Amino acid sequence: MPDNMTLGEKLVQQGISRRTFLKFCASMASLMALPPSMAAEMAEKLAKLRRQSVIWLSFQECTGCTESITRSHSPTIESLIFDAISLDYHHTLMAASGTAAEHAREQAMKENAGKYLLVVDGSVPAKDTEYYSTIAGISNYDMLVDTAKGAMAILSVGTCAAYGGIPKANPNPTGAVAVSDIIKDKPIINIPGCPPIATVMTGVIAHVLTLGTIPDLDELGRPKVFFGDTIHDRCYRRPFYDQGKFAKSFDDEGARNGWCLYELGCKGPTTYNSCATTKWNGGVSFPIESGHGCLGCSEPDFWDKGSFYKPLSTGEWGGGQILAAGVAAGAVIGVGAAFAARKRQDKASGGK
Amino acid sequence: MDLLAFAKGPILMWSLIIFVVGVSWRLLGILLLRRKPDYSEPRSNATWWGAVRTVFSRMWMRKEFQSRTAYGAALGYVFHIGLAIVVFFFVPHILFIKDLTGLSWGGLPSGVIYATGVVTMIALIILLIRRFTHPVLKLLSNFDDYFSWFVTTAPVVTGLLAVAHLGARYETLLGLHILSVELLFIWFPFGKLMHAFLFAISRGTTGALLERKGAAT
Repeated sequence: MPDNMTLGEKLVQQGISRRTFLKFCASMASLMALPPSMAAEMAEKLAKLRRQSVIWLSFQECTGCTESITRSHSPTIESLIFDAISLDYHHTLMAASGTAAEHAREQAMKENAGKYLLVVDGSVPAKDTEYYSTIAGISNYDMLVDTAKGAMAILSVGTCAAYGGIPKANPNPTGAVAVSDIIKDKPIINIPGCPPIATVMTGVIAHVLTLGTIPDLDELGRPKVFFGDTIHDRCYRRPFYDQGKFAKSFDDEGARNGWCLYELGCKGPTTYNSCATTKWNGGVSFPIESGHGCLGCSEPDFWDKGSFYKPLSTGEWGGGQILAAGVAAGAVIGVGAAFAARKRQDKASGGK
Repeated sequence: MDLLAFAKGPILMWSLIIFVVGVSWRLLGILLLRRKPDYSEPRSNATWWGAVRTVFSRMWMRKEFQSRTAYGAALGYVFHIGLAIVVFFFVPHILFIKDLTGLSWGGLPSGVIYATGVVTMIALIILLIRRFTHPVLKLLSNFDDYFSWFVTTAPVVTGLLAVAHLGARYETLLGLHILSVELLFIWFPFGKLMHAFLFAISRGTTGALLERKGAAT
């Protein structure tokens, strides 16, 4: 998209009608729990939007977050909004490489100081920073601190950037931390998920660009509009949970009937995300609809919270052997106590 | 480590260890005590039958005192049966027990459990009010009674709050629910809650003694 082109002009060029664009804005406003009147305002502001400088830093990650947003079925309005931003630096997507790529980042930082949006995916190694994960010889830690200085806000995209994610999983060899563990003086919006839902990412970007504000966040820094409810509370299988109908294995009759996957380890009751409502791949389905329980990937430390296939109500502790030892220890104490009492009885009765 | 992970991990392990050690100690300590010799002529040798009969006969109130004890007994039954339904027939609880022991059985729909939980909680609250207001009960009650009431009621209340998502986020309420159960596990062997195991032993002992004496049980 040329620098001087607005998103509205781009949409016309792509053959997207105003009606379709308004429908998108209405659904986006609805998704973000904004009043219906905001849809028109959003459409107007988005249509006039000129390129917002965005710098995307990828640290310890798998590129799944980028895959999620770029592989949304194409061409979507979401992807066009993504096109509408000026992605000045993204080392996976940009054509430039090496010195030229780093120069693009430095130039964007200089020209848009205080105004650019910083998107980060991947966690940041905080131990031996000069050795773990460097880009152009610059440690992730230093690059984040340096780039964050001039950012208007930071979007921590994916569970790794938001909470440390899989790189932070035990034993965390790189000392991986979340962006919010390092940057304390900038507004940070966490958009967790492994990967996050494309619509949620574009929705948050649209919110920031059109309203110029940070959406309401929960205590984990996630936009409440997308992370306000648990998967379980919005799950279409919830009635089966309430009826006590559970799949016992992935191919039994219950599974075929679409019954609740709680017994198979679904973490939906403690996972906040909009998978069950926004869904994936243009609203086609989400993991539970495909027959697998929720892994809880948008929650901190999801990788270390025990087996994905153990029900949520089961304990995460040593197991039965410890209890057997406990019974044995209790028995020894009990026998000892009983014989001590017998001795006292004998003494009191004078051996009779 | 968040509250839920803390509740499901180390605290659960230690509370269960205290529970099994305490229960084993109490049971064996009592069962292995020396019985007082009884030199009287036995009027019946069917002491085992007397023991078993008394375990069940004491489950119903005596006719003579029925008018005075019916209210308390009915409330006691309501909350005991309610607790049993909630503890043993809610599917997440069954899965917890299955993970612990390998045993499992069918559960009830959540709606039935929630309704039973509410009835149980109301019965427990009425019983506490009764304990506060009944002059004799009040006089007889000590810390053990009140604390045992508390550790019994807290899991019911926190469980209902968790399913209703009232007061805090679900995972926080679930963590508090599990912690309240762990408090019950820890207190169980050392207070009157131990009656869950000892009621049969004490009734059986009384029944056997009375049978030997030829008295009505």
